[in-house]
Amino acid sequence: MTGIIQLRAKAAPLNRANVDTDQIIPKQFLTAVTRAGYGKHLFHDWRYLDLEEKVPNPEFELNRPEHQGSEILLARENFGCGSSREHAPWSLTDYGFKAVIATSFADIFYGNCMNNQLLPIALDNSQMDKLFAAVDADPQVQIEIDLPAQHVRVGEHSFAFEIKEHHKYKLIKGLDAIGETLELVAKIDAYEQQLPAWR
Amino acid sequence: MGKTLYDKIWDMHLVAQAGTDNLIYIDRHLIHEVTSPQAFAGLEEKGRKLRRPDRTFATMDHSISTKSLALDACGPANQLQLRTLMENCEKFGVELFPVGHKKQGIVHVIGPELGLILPGMTVVCGDSHTATHGAFGALAFGIGTSEVEHVFATQTLKQGKAKAMKVEVNGTLSIGVTAKDIILAIIGKIGHAGATGYVLEYAGSAIAALSMEERMTICNMSIEAGAKAGLIAPDQITFDYLKDKERAPKGADWEAALACWQNLKSDADAQFDTVVSLTAEDIKPQVTWGTNPGQVVAVDEPIPAPTSFSDAVERTSAEKALKYMGLEAGQKLSDVAISHVFIGSCTNSRIEDLRAAAKIAAKGKVAAGVNAIVVPGSYAVKQQAEAEQLDKVFLDAGFEWRLPGCSMCLGMNDDLLQAGDRCASTSNRNFEGRQGRGARTHLVSPAMAAAAALAGHFVDVRELDK
Repeated sequence: MTGIIQLRAKAAPLNRANVDTDQIIPKQFLTAVTRAGYGKHLFHDWRYLDLEEKVPNPEFELNRPEHQGSEILLARENFGCGSSREHAPWSLTDYGFKAVIATSFADIFYGNCMNNQLLPIALDNSQMDKLFAAVDADPQVQIEIDLPAQHVRVGEHSFAFEIKEHHKYKLIKGLDAIGETLELVAKIDAYEQQLPAWR
Repeated sequence: MGKTLYDKIWDMHLVAQAGTDNLIYIDRHLIHEVTSPQAFAGLEEKGRKLRRPDRTFATMDHSISTKSLALDACGPANQLQLRTLMENCEKFGVELFPVGHKKQGIVHVIGPELGLILPGMTVVCGDSHTATHGAFGALAFGIGTSEVEHVFATQTLKQGKAKAMKVEVNGTLSIGVTAKDIILAIIGKIGHAGATGYVLEYAGSAIAALSMEERMTICNMSIEAGAKAGLIAPDQITFDYLKDKERAPKGADWEAALACWQNLKSDADAQFDTVVSLTAEDIKPQVTWGTNPGQVVAVDEPIPAPTSFSDAVERTSAEKALKYMGLEAGQKLSDVAISHVFIGSCTNSRIEDLRAAAKIAAKGKVAAGVNAIVVPGSYAVKQQAEAEQLDKVFLDAGFEWRLPGCSMCLGMNDDLLQAGDRCASTSNRNFEGRQGRGARTHLVSPAMAAAAALAGHFVDVRELDK
């Protein structure tokens, strides 16, 4: 997997709090046994008026012509709450999103992003207000994300964001986490040797 | 400075520093059909082994029918997923409890039932309700499929340490008020994301008085407040539950385990990042009115007006929720008619839950126009309930008696609601579309769900006990 470093793209606004994983990718699409092809079902219940996904809901923000091709998603607090389904980041990346900027994220979803090269950025509500306003004023406005420098820029606004060093490293390098841990196999062996029988 | 229970379990499991992260050992890995296939495929692609099949246990629960034992009962996609799990377990040497097996059931019901989950363990599963197992003083949390693959290959996980929050509930619960009402009241107080970034420890006299099954109900919904995990310190109630369970340690191993478990509690001088307190006497039977578990009131309180929320985002969420739910501010939930009742899920499908529901069901008949189903959490729960003739009580009252599984909690099988249906549900999530597109879910305790089934609308179970 290639790493994320800089991104300059337009953003689709989803001005809602508590966007849960059941909304991101409903249960009927979790019966697949592969990682690919979830993008067409992203936000299914909001995005389509029918179960067959033939009639787009014109009211839904992501369906507006001006937001097609967006690589950044904007949302409010507690994005990705609910189930641990990794199908949520799989569907967002398959749709074409590379970053989600929101007020806050649920823990499991946030962790799942790291394993899928999807960059979650948390900004406070007043900063989110400015991003939503910028996209509202000009849907084509380019939002710039600089991961190494930990900056989001739009127009004259520039916001710093927090990210843990090891998360940043992983997103930039796109590492094989399992391969990295397997280098510590001697320590895992040693740990197992001293375990009491009851465990 | 003293250590919290979380600190102690964490320290017991530290294997190494992995970069700026910690590598922690995983004692138990529970898997099911939905979140494991891509992880098995990942192992195969890289030619990696499953390090500890003896620490890995599989069941079928999410995608299965509750009306038939046939794997194809819910269509070809579900069948493929179930067959894939069978093939993977066979190939990698993982013990599987398939449909029809005497040990099959919802993953979070069978783990404790078999004695697989012990105090001081780390337990993971590709399922957010893994928090359930915290009831034993085990650090248990849900993980994504990439992490499932990581545990398969290494029996460890890279983790950052969370903050610690103590949730104290002191006092005595009123009659008719249950563990489900405690946890809904806690989530109502701290909010749907109030515990994000935290591991919770539930403490206080009201928690200490709970049975293991009640403690599981509490810990199960920790994730609905955003918490990484929920813990309850093990005590005599825990040890009595575990003693002589099929897979629990025996003889000298039991004694050694017990010696370790006695120390598994937060020290008196342990520091928590946050402390929240509730008084048991203040907690009433709860009903959710919105589309997240934090949007909840006591059954005798009116639905709050969106304008009563000072936070703009909460206000907008409340407006959207009321619109979706077809409700109005100020309405009393006891005036709201229901069309469906679901008694089941990893939150409330154990024998004590079914006894509580049956006690109410015995008082009458399911109201005309209400469709009510009871789905035991496991084969063992079903057998026990049938031995006590609870199935007859439910059937005589007009409930359906089903086979064990996750069922209508998330509707990955054919137990689905239609748009506009309104359900009193003992499950854990009232999200939009959770039980079916356009369906409306109200979370309640088993007794409240059974009472709603008989009345055709929500009622205060405390009134029935008078």
